[in-house]
Amino acid sequence: MEKIDFSTLTIRSAAEALRGGSYTSVSLVGALLEAVRQRNPALNAYLWIDEEDALAQAAAADAARAAGSNGALLGVPLAIKDNISVAGQPCGCASRILEGYRAPFDATVIGRLRAAGALFVGRTNMDEFAMGSTTENSAYGPTTFNPAKPGYVPGGSSGGSAAAVAGGVAVGALGTDTGGSIRQPAAYCGCVGLRPSYGRISRYGAVACASSLDQIGPLTHDVRDTALLLGIMAGADPRDVISQDQPVPDYVAACDGGIRGMRLGLPREYFSGDVHPEVAARVREYAGLCRGMGAEIVDVSLPHTQCAIATYYIIMTAEISANLARYDGIRYGRRGEGVTTTQDLYGKTRGQFLGREAKRRILMGTYFLSSGNYEAYYMRGLKARTLIRRDFDQVFETCDALLTPVAPRPAFPCGTAEDDPQAFYLDIFTVPAGLAGACAISVPAGATAEGQPIGLQVVAPAFAEERLLRIAAACEAAGRRTEGQS
Amino acid sequence: MPDDTDVRIDVGQVARIAHIELTDDEVTLLGRQLNDILAHIDKLDELDLAGIEPYSHGFPPRTLLREDVAVPGLDRETALNNAPARTMTEFSVPKIVE
Repeated sequence: MEKIDFSTLTIRSAAEALRGGSYTSVSLVGALLEAVRQRNPALNAYLWIDEEDALAQAAAADAARAAGSNGALLGVPLAIKDNISVAGQPCGCASRILEGYRAPFDATVIGRLRAAGALFVGRTNMDEFAMGSTTENSAYGPTTFNPAKPGYVPGGSSGGSAAAVAGGVAVGALGTDTGGSIRQPAAYCGCVGLRPSYGRISRYGAVACASSLDQIGPLTHDVRDTALLLGIMAGADPRDVISQDQPVPDYVAACDGGIRGMRLGLPREYFSGDVHPEVAARVREYAGLCRGMGAEIVDVSLPHTQCAIATYYIIMTAEISANLARYDGIRYGRRGEGVTTTQDLYGKTRGQFLGREAKRRILMGTYFLSSGNYEAYYMRGLKARTLIRRDFDQVFETCDALLTPVAPRPAFPCGTAEDDPQAFYLDIFTVPAGLAGACAISVPAGATAEGQPIGLQVVAPAFAEERLLRIAAACEAAGRRTEGQS
Repeated sequence: MPDDTDVRIDVGQVARIAHIELTDDEVTLLGRQLNDILAHIDKLDELDLAGIEPYSHGFPPRTLLREDVAVPGLDRETALNNAPARTMTEFSVPKIVE
């Protein structure tokens, strides 16, 4: 068997090779585990891998194929962020408070991928409970590193998934995105990352962070792999009341459509002086490539962009404070030392085992929801959210989609954002789409002169994933042509 | 920017409501950080929100209803299996009545 290069192997080519008999799932997973042994010590993308279990899953997939099965993902291993439940595997959200917890059930997305034949080989690192933009808030060190730039952050909170894919230790991965936690690490590491529309994919089995914002999505080597996983995972689920009963089109086929005649907007607020010049220039360059492919590029405005972070911070922390009330030291995870009373049980457990960022956000949200502050903060946040959504409604009346940077600056050295409560301004370009319920994707768009990957964000209206993926695939292809010429 | 004379959040009080025991160092650090964050939240004061409807979800989702039919949940052993303290049949907690 030829040596497999996991830094480029797509899900589709792995599935095809397995189908055609070029290799078995056992040999594919064996090669992946070898790549993990070699590369993961420098990346720390994975928190947990059970080699024996991974090979057993692979052997079962090979046996199923021999018996006539032919699922779209049969025998293909995926890496899963540590906050998405896979029955029998740890699901600790990179938090000490859930140390030892094993998921008793599959998340809906995992069940659907499993039915298509996928294998689940490892848990990827993340910021604790998905709170952060660097993966440095993981309770389990050393931190995950950026595969493109050693010593630099991979982004976050799905930094382990992004680093695993871009760093050649995963064929594809899942992450979650509340304020940018799929798109930003994908941009920082140099892979594709999709935040689906609110309601496109069931969140059942993903550990809740901020429920009006949380989404599950893929991180992959290319846009068509993302389209493939989206098509398998999307659709209504009675276990998530916000999952919508809308048809699931052939997203992979949608990638071939081209963008001739589309109107793509460049929101001027996303190109202000605070944006790294190479990042802004690269997005404009891609806009030029789109024009060359027959799209019309127009300047637009999302006037409430500057209020998005404050709005997001109120809503997100309020929802976190409610969701994380469940960590009480009774039903799962750890219990604090020195507990003698019920008050101790909650206070010591949460005090001893929640990380600094989790505490900070729970306290902030508790404050916003407390009597006397609810109207002044929480209700004001919900009203501001209306204005932000209207911004998007208005631009989408005249534009098919938006092209923007994913983050104002590219990956930065580890340790420099630590304990900086203003690090959340890093999310300024990813948060608004989440508040509005839109879908958005990060596509690799070259790198800075210093070698940090740059991400191009495409944003489309809710449930316009076909259009989003068409644009993303066109940009990906144009970028590859340009790179090939340079 | 707030300074020590402009502290709006009593972190100790909020931590009691949130049931999180903080160390003295955490009270100091988080107190400073939370007040600092509040200064950024004040950005919303610039908005005229009169007459704007509050909006709790990204787009108006239609609540997905399922048939009112009982389906099996976790069995008792599976549910108890992750507990930090348990008996054969129940979660175990500190005594709650004197």
